[in-house]
Amino acid sequence: MLKKMNKTTKSNFITYGIVIAAFIVMQVLISTGSVSSLLEGLMVPLCIYVILAVSLNLVVGILGELSLGHAGFMCVGAFSSAFFSKCMKDVIENGALRFFLAMLIGIAVAAVFGILIGIPVLRLKGDYLAIVTLAFGEIIKNLVNVLFIGKDSNGFHFSTKDVMGLNMEPDGTVIVNGPQGITGTPQDSTFLIGFIMILITLFIVLNLIHSRDGRAIMSIRDNRIAAESVGINITKYKLMAFTVSAALAGSAGVLYAHNLSTLTANTNNFGYNQSIMILVYVVLGGIGNIRGSIIAAVVLTLLPEMLRGLQDYRMLIYAVVLIAMMLFNWAPKAIEWREKHLRFGKKKEAVK
Amino acid sequence: MSFISYLINGLSLGSVYAIIALGYTMVYGIAKMLNFAHGDVIMIGAYMALIAMTQAGLSPVIAVLIAVVICTLLGVVIERIAYKPLRNASSSLAVLITAIGVSYLLQNTALLVFGPNAQTFPSVIKWSGITFADGQLSISGVTIVTIAACIIIMAVLVTFVQKSKPGQAMRAVSEDKGAAQLMGINVNGTIALTFAIGSALAAVAGVLYCSAYPSLTPYTGAMPGIKAFVAAVFGGIGSIQGAFIGGILLGIIEIFGRAYITSQMADALVFAVLIIVLLVKPTGLLGRKIQEKV
Amino acid sequence: MALLEVKNLGISFGGLRAVNAFDISIEKEELYGLIGPNGAGKTTVFNLLTGVYRPDAGKVILDGEDITGKKTIEISKAGIARTFQNIRLFKELSVLDNVKVGLHNKHHYSTIEGILRLPGYRRVEKEMDEQAMELLKVFNLDGAAHRKASNLPYGQQRRLEIARALATEPKLLLLDEPAAGMNPNETGELMDMIRFVREKFHMTILLIEHDMKLVSGICERLTVLNFGEVLSQGTTSDVLNDPQVITAYLGE
Repeated sequence: MLKKMNKTTKSNFITYGIVIAAFIVMQVLISTGSVSSLLEGLMVPLCIYVILAVSLNLVVGILGELSLGHAGFMCVGAFSSAFFSKCMKDVIENGALRFFLAMLIGIAVAAVFGILIGIPVLRLKGDYLAIVTLAFGEIIKNLVNVLFIGKDSNGFHFSTKDVMGLNMEPDGTVIVNGPQGITGTPQDSTFLIGFIMILITLFIVLNLIHSRDGRAIMSIRDNRIAAESVGINITKYKLMAFTVSAALAGSAGVLYAHNLSTLTANTNNFGYNQSIMILVYVVLGGIGNIRGSIIAAVVLTLLPEMLRGLQDYRMLIYAVVLIAMMLFNWAPKAIEWREKHLRFGKKKEAVK
Repeated sequence: MSFISYLINGLSLGSVYAIIALGYTMVYGIAKMLNFAHGDVIMIGAYMALIAMTQAGLSPVIAVLIAVVICTLLGVVIERIAYKPLRNASSSLAVLITAIGVSYLLQNTALLVFGPNAQTFPSVIKWSGITFADGQLSISGVTIVTIAACIIIMAVLVTFVQKSKPGQAMRAVSEDKGAAQLMGINVNGTIALTFAIGSALAAVAGVLYCSAYPSLTPYTGAMPGIKAFVAAVFGGIGSIQGAFIGGILLGIIEIFGRAYITSQMADALVFAVLIIVLLVKPTGLLGRKIQEKV
Repeated sequence: MALLEVKNLGISFGGLRAVNAFDISIEKEELYGLIGPNGAGKTTVFNLLTGVYRPDAGKVILDGEDITGKKTIEISKAGIARTFQNIRLFKELSVLDNVKVGLHNKHHYSTIEGILRLPGYRRVEKEMDEQAMELLKVFNLDGAAHRKASNLPYGQQRRLEIARALATEPKLLLLDEPAAGMNPNETGELMDMIRFVREKFHMTILLIEHDMKLVSGICERLTVLNFGEVLSQGTTSDVLNDPQVITAYLGE
């Protein structure tokens, strides 16, 4: 059967296969108790990073634009869904249904932000686009930190100052508490759901790439002027890639929000540091290479944990490994050396 | 009166941003790369000056000189080891990610050597400043020195780039590396010199920044670094005058935002202004428009 | 009526009049040449016709439709396709996919159909594959359909660019120096191919070329551009014997 399929279909099946096999292996290891609780706790974050890396690759690798605000969309998805889940905790008793709706809301809100930000931003090019997406990400993080929302018998109250500014009746409860964020979100995220979300993300991204729309997106990346000359609507397809990517980042945000009991927006989870970290996965895994993004996200998430024995030196080693891998993978001299001395480094002609 | 004192504070913070932004913009102009580790060189510079002053007991002037020398060397070494091999890489993202790796490396080395706790940075400026209008308006010595340093550095740099031989070589390399090479310009040397100057400026900026905001941690450089980068883009990246104007404006906007709107939203305000400027003028205030030839 | 009617077309770049009072009239299925010394403004004319630049004077009428000042994408839909002087392929895409991007506006299915792989997706993709392969066969590229475009030899890249342009089913095909960088053998093949394309697709072709053998060999009429203005216009033999043209080309 494998013989009958063409190259890209085969490659996609291998990607799905790797993900499914990895999930099964981890599930077996977890159920037999041969995994530390620390590593087990890392499974949902791992799924989150894989989704973020794959979705960012849609913008960086397939559309060919540099975005440094990916964590901002994750933040939007996280807060909108956590807000929904907290409000509906007592209304919708069925946890699975509530989480499903929360997921849809997180994705939809992130997509809307993707469109709103994408329309002005995508007119810019290269490094300018990068810095503006970074700026939007930081603004989102900042806004969430001054947002107070409460609910009482009169309905919702908003403030950007403090809890007192909400002017609630005594029966009111604070839902979003500024820098303290949202507490008491139901912890609905599981490894299984994360795994399913990875599969859905892969399904959407891979099928989009190998469709009429995907070809249009890649043609813009390869040569914008030629794409325009054959009648490709540049704005439409740039926005499509950007929005789908934002929506998927939103789904990762939903998983993130429902994996913790307290959701706050800080520099490390939704700041530009996080956006850069996701970009590192994409570049290290190979720009435009979806399978590479998955592997890089998994390896780089696990690496600090595997280096835990080295205590204080682990982040230092992480940095050195990152630099060394970049030099080895990208430096023209290193590529030349590899082609000469290592057989597997030989460049094969292949179509992405 | 408070308006004037905010304005002066803004000028002072803006001067620091401008000095850092000069480093970003020169490196970008010549190597076409965003040096994400630039902010961390600032932090290293501040630590070096701190050690020289508190542990070796040296005078502030000597301490600053030591910091400048060490950062200059550091900048050149980083360029040589981490960036130069990637200069002709097929994707410009490669060197960007490597710069991020260097940034992590510097932060975590500092974390190991100096520990995570904030250290108090003694001001290098002992002068208490001047007061006007019967003490209603006072300007600290640090503020005056910072603004003066920025103006002097700016003037020297512009003269250097316009008039001197190495400065002209820099301009030639930033226009066209290949052509510059053919004209007999030492491209590698020129790029190394640019990193050296940028890093020396980072050391100065680190000392001035920490003199004004005296809490020093391994992460101190990150936020001013990113803001200075914003300032460089704001003014038109690649332009020395643009970095100066961008830095000053950004500092003033940030201080006014903190004072008159809300301190929590000051950063968001800075970024919002950047977005508006770029949407109106996509290559920054003084940036040149480059049209692709069909 | 002529297929392409251009009247008084002009554009300036910062005080320099790059193209001035340019007129041209091309009949259906005509093979028309646009020649002139380097820097005469030939490619600028192409850029004006395809909407890369907006003219500041004049009119462009394609098949009765006024397309003056329209955007590139609208002009593509109206029926002008082009190739580029410096080849502009979708480098990372396969040869087949390059042509399929050209077919983009001729075959439709929704994004949802594409992602969910609904029957519409399969049917339309099959149609596109078939049509693209047919085009590739015409250009003798069907054997290379699954290779990456950037890995093709130079001559094949030029041919692929023409195939991609034809995929948009244009009324008028603009070729910008199709023989640039080719040896006499390849140029000969190219001439045959251009004639063949005209016959098979009933195509109207306007081409920029420096190779006089190619121009005199296949073009029926010529316009000579010099310093942005029309120097001479008419049948190929008349134009090539025009003393003004000879002076412009050979110098004083």
